[in-house]
Amino acid sequence: MNIKDLFKGNPKNLLNIYVTAGYPRLDSLTEIIPALAEHKVSIIEVGIPYSDPLSDGPTIQKSNMQALDNGITLELIFKQLSSIDTEVPLVLMGYYNSILQYGMERFVKKCNEVGVSGLIVPDLPIEIYLRDYRELFDNNGLSNIFLITPSTTDDRLEMIDNHSSSFIYAVSSSSTTGNNKKIEGAEEYLQGLNSKNINTPVLVGFNIRDRKSFEFVNQYASGGIIGSAFINHISNSKNLHKDTSVFVQSIKN
Amino acid sequence: MSQNYQVDNQGYYGPYGGAYVPEMLYPNIMELQNNYLSIINDVSFQKELDELLHNYVGRPTPLYFADRLSKYYNTNIFLKREDLCHTGAHKINNSLGQILLAKRLGKTRIIAETGAGQHGVATATACSLMGFECDIFMGAKDIVRQAPNVERMKMLGANIVPVHSGSKTLKDATNEAIRNWINNPTDTHYIIGSVVGPHPYPDIVARFQSVISKEVKLQLGKNPDYIIACVGGGSNAMGIFYHYLDEDTKLIGVEAAGHGVDTPMTAATLAVGTKGVLHASMTKVMQTNDGQVVEPHSVSAGLDYPGIGPQHAYLEEVGKATYHSVTDQEAIDAAHLLARKEGIIPALESAHALAYLEKLVCFKKDIVVVNLSGRGDKDLETYKTFSDNEY
Ligand SMILES: Cc1ncc(COP(=O)(O)O)c(C=O)c1O
Repeated sequence: MNIKDLFKGNPKNLLNIYVTAGYPRLDSLTEIIPALAEHKVSIIEVGIPYSDPLSDGPTIQKSNMQALDNGITLELIFKQLSSIDTEVPLVLMGYYNSILQYGMERFVKKCNEVGVSGLIVPDLPIEIYLRDYRELFDNNGLSNIFLITPSTTDDRLEMIDNHSSSFIYAVSSSSTTGNNKKIEGAEEYLQGLNSKNINTPVLVGFNIRDRKSFEFVNQYASGGIIGSAFINHISNSKNLHKDTSVFVQSIKN
Repeated sequence: MSQNYQVDNQGYYGPYGGAYVPEMLYPNIMELQNNYLSIINDVSFQKELDELLHNYVGRPTPLYFADRLSKYYNTNIFLKREDLCHTGAHKINNSLGQILLAKRLGKTRIIAETGAGQHGVATATACSLMGFECDIFMGAKDIVRQAPNVERMKMLGANIVPVHSGSKTLKDATNEAIRNWINNPTDTHYIIGSVVGPHPYPDIVARFQSVISKEVKLQLGKNPDYIIACVGGGSNAMGIFYHYLDEDTKLIGVEAAGHGVDTPMTAATLAVGTKGVLHASMTKVMQTNDGQVVEPHSVSAGLDYPGIGPQHAYLEEVGKATYHSVTDQEAIDAAHLLARKEGIIPALESAHALAYLEKLVCFKKDIVVVNLSGRGDKDLETYKTFSDNEY
């Protein structure tokens, strides 16, 4: 399914799980994605491993390094994704340099081919996206997903809202991924966000690690994004299907 | 000030530069972009910085005519003695400028990355002087090979944060500093140590280092034929190029070839790199076809960096400056030569600039200025190891 279609009818309690491609083993995606789909995860976000993941904390950094050691490449990720058949919307998350070297046009075409309909590039500022890539994305039905933070100004939020076509990724606190801040600390921010007139559905990420924190953000947003907690859960997994299932069931019914 | 070859109003040098920052850092970068010029150009700011540079750093640094070295190379060689700056390298020019900037921005905490430890020592010094807390991020490998500087930073009251990720050198120390900034966005200023990183950092650092060429212009009276400087990120080079960008002096940057540019053990970014994003700047980067940044190698921790300042990438592209490289061994040899000819032990980084004198084709009447960016006390262990092994 295209990520845009997921948001028709304004669904709630959406669970987005992030997984680093090539981790813990080179072809783990082919086990993890079907397991996530089986348990009705709403969105699957596949991370493109990068040598210098600036906005990630130690957990995702390590998963990136291990995946690269395992031999993952962007070409291989596309190949693995093309062999997986799933109805769950797929989103790729990666750093700008990876995509730049692959070639943005080639990248977008490839996303289209393998059924990826959303993209998160944390270090591609919206201004540069609008200047250089918006047409390309629009023409290929690819939706760019922007981050907002507690310090994003209203003007900027409005610009981001106007150019979002699936969801907005609200970072619950100014931090890198996988830190130990309590999600409850974001209550005021999320309440404030909720009271703003944002047209695009919002998913909250960072500091969501279990059922409690997931349910907490669902009060204020369309859903939540879990990354580091899942990566930690599968780091030594001998049975990815089982461990993935157990994890998802621990978050939602 | 020279307007040519400088940053444009979008933060670019031709196709290079910009600010490819994650949204979490957007407010910090905007705060800097919106305020740095008015702060730096303020008369009271300049007065405070000038006084510190004069009374505390010891500026102007001498432009020393190296007589015996000149005879050896059969030309006229002047050394710009940045090694005589307080703390022993040019890095203090930038650290003091940036700490005054941080003060005016109302920040209370400082972070910095360091490779050779010179920028770390300079920043720890500035923080001690101004009463700021400071955390210095340093690769675990560099902590070992630049041990004396680690002790200096500690004595100055800085907190050293060892970085174990990736190559355990300057690149990863910079990553960790940026991550720390993301996690501490309001009270903290990041004092980056070279002309790298997102706009406006390359311009900020270039301006604070431009005092080097401002002095050379006054000291020499006429334009030299050549200016030579080593290039890691490129701050000492940009500092000594800055006021000559509108002149016809030939500007030469020297990168670290490591074991050689045709080996994987190199740090000569312009020689082997391609266009890409590193530390939030579009520049030349040493990377694989898949866009993974590769681990560089240089015997000199301060040059062991897989990127380069965007302004240098631009100066090379338009042919305003030329860039060459020398190997670890050539740099070590040049350091020994300077020690024996002039009684000056240069930093390993600066020794790369000196080593290029072997390759420079020039006339007897020519004037050559070499930026002696730092002193070599921190490198004695490496010099000793190389002598034991190689001689
Ligand atoms: C003495 C000295 N020279 C040069 C450098 C390289 O930095 P840059 O290229 O920014 O001048 C360093 C960095 O640590 C240094 O300590």
